[in-house]
Amino acid sequence: MEWEAVIGLEIHAQLATKSKIFSGASTAFGAEPNTQACAVDLALPGTLPVFNEEALRMAVKFGLAIDAEIGRTSVFDRKNYFYPDLPKGYQTSQLFHPIVGIGHIDITLEDGTSKRIGVTRAHLEEDAGKSLHDEFPGMTGIDLNRAGTPLLEIVSEPDMRTAEEAVAYVRKIHALVTSLGICDGNMAEGSFRCDCNVSVRPKGQEEFGTRTETKNINSFRFIEKAIVGEIERQIDLIEDGGRVIQATRLYDANKNETRSMRSKEEANDYRYFPCPDLLPIVIDEDYIDAVRDSLPELPDARKARFIEEYKLSDYDAMVLSGDHNLATYFEIVAKAANDAKMAANWVMGELSKHLNQNDTTIANSPVSAEQLGGLVERIKDNTISGKIAKQVFEVMWAEGGSADEIIEAKGLKQVTDTGAIESIVDEVISKADKQVAQYKAAEPDKRGKMLGFFMGQVMKATGGKANPGAVNGILKKKLDALCD
Amino acid sequence: MALDRSDVEKIAHLARLQIDEQDIPEYTQNLSNILDLVNQMQAVDTSDVEPMANALDAVQRLRKDAVTEDNNRENLQSVAPAVENGLFQVPKVIE
Repeated sequence: MEWEAVIGLEIHAQLATKSKIFSGASTAFGAEPNTQACAVDLALPGTLPVFNEEALRMAVKFGLAIDAEIGRTSVFDRKNYFYPDLPKGYQTSQLFHPIVGIGHIDITLEDGTSKRIGVTRAHLEEDAGKSLHDEFPGMTGIDLNRAGTPLLEIVSEPDMRTAEEAVAYVRKIHALVTSLGICDGNMAEGSFRCDCNVSVRPKGQEEFGTRTETKNINSFRFIEKAIVGEIERQIDLIEDGGRVIQATRLYDANKNETRSMRSKEEANDYRYFPCPDLLPIVIDEDYIDAVRDSLPELPDARKARFIEEYKLSDYDAMVLSGDHNLATYFEIVAKAANDAKMAANWVMGELSKHLNQNDTTIANSPVSAEQLGGLVERIKDNTISGKIAKQVFEVMWAEGGSADEIIEAKGLKQVTDTGAIESIVDEVISKADKQVAQYKAAEPDKRGKMLGFFMGQVMKATGGKANPGAVNGILKKKLDALCD
Repeated sequence: MALDRSDVEKIAHLARLQIDEQDIPEYTQNLSNILDLVNQMQAVDTSDVEPMANALDAVQRLRKDAVTEDNNRENLQSVAPAVENGLFQVPKVIE
């Protein structure tokens, strides 16, 4: 039987505010446990929440960026459940009247086709604290620094059919929130995480199958793997005569499989109701217009501009505009080097390769855009060849320094002095009687190909520093002179 | 609307309240009485009334996004039953 997967995603984007959603405690990452948890975050009796205006503005920005209806009146609700990292006994969230209503984004797939994915809603809520289960025997340690950090939960329609579509959607949302400056997008620190709802059904069937939810996946690669694995697991299960049980699952990256966390059949009863501690949030047209006017350039517009302004290919423009930090980085390199195509090749090639190999991100790149721009500029003005530039890049990555400093210190400057190249060429020719004889014997139109050997010898003799164009010209001239 | 014993047991569990077996009939009666009152109010036609989220006729005031709280951990943890390495300690919550 042919199966079809149905995928819907819930993304939690941590909003990049300085303080928490309902208190004046800091949201900075990595502080000592409980040093950024104030009386409100600890839910001490008598404390009351006061809503952070920046969290509201950021949510509205997102809503406008996905063409969504903005809730003129939105309301906070209490989602009630007991867990020690949630000291109030409820999470303040939005169920009935979210700040962002129905919207959509368009994704582009590898084969160039695009697809519109619906966004059901996006609502504001607070994050919980962190539970540490393994540090103390018989006890759980609670760190409430993260409690009260503002989150925007972005809920998609079940519009995706493959893992590829799901990843393209997540990447697009990631590019959006980082371009808008409302989320730092740091997946390793949990600022951007994804829950995947997956079900399968026989192709052509209207009705959805039973779905599972895989929680808190924190990398693009893992999202893809988790979905692919979960689709296979469900199909195998059904084909073997079993049935899918509605459950919450965890993705184990080490084993590359999902496993059951808790069954939804004993699901929590959250008893949502409007939070009496917070009044309705009312915004008017002027407010929305002002936020709309403040929107920065968004990924789709940026892609179009890259094609227009830098003459990049559709593919290059898509990759570079698909990540806010990468796009910003590329533009600095392109301007410094004054060659967009070469800048794009270096950013998408050598730089991305190094970032992947070292499992790091553009934001943490040891080579800055200015440094790389300086390097590409030196290829462009023929100070060094592309090959030598890779050596310079290695040094830059490992030890730092500007291209000019490294070229100077390592003596890598390209030899363009014709006299110097001529004497090396003479030397190479004098030691290669056999190859010279072959060259002479060859048909004139075959000789071009035979230059390769001599070229290699000259480059070897100069440590790759001779200007390839100059060497080629001189070699041809001298060898052809021997043939006459 | 009358509640039965299992409703009361479920509500107590959701609220993490330990209740005595012998009190359940009384709770059942009291809670049912409250729901009866709600039912009485349901009879009023409210089809033209916008549901309200809060009894105050006001809208939420907003706070500037600024860090106004300093580290007050020592003070705040002085009332906690158990603390280790800056972490609140609670009985283990997973297997």
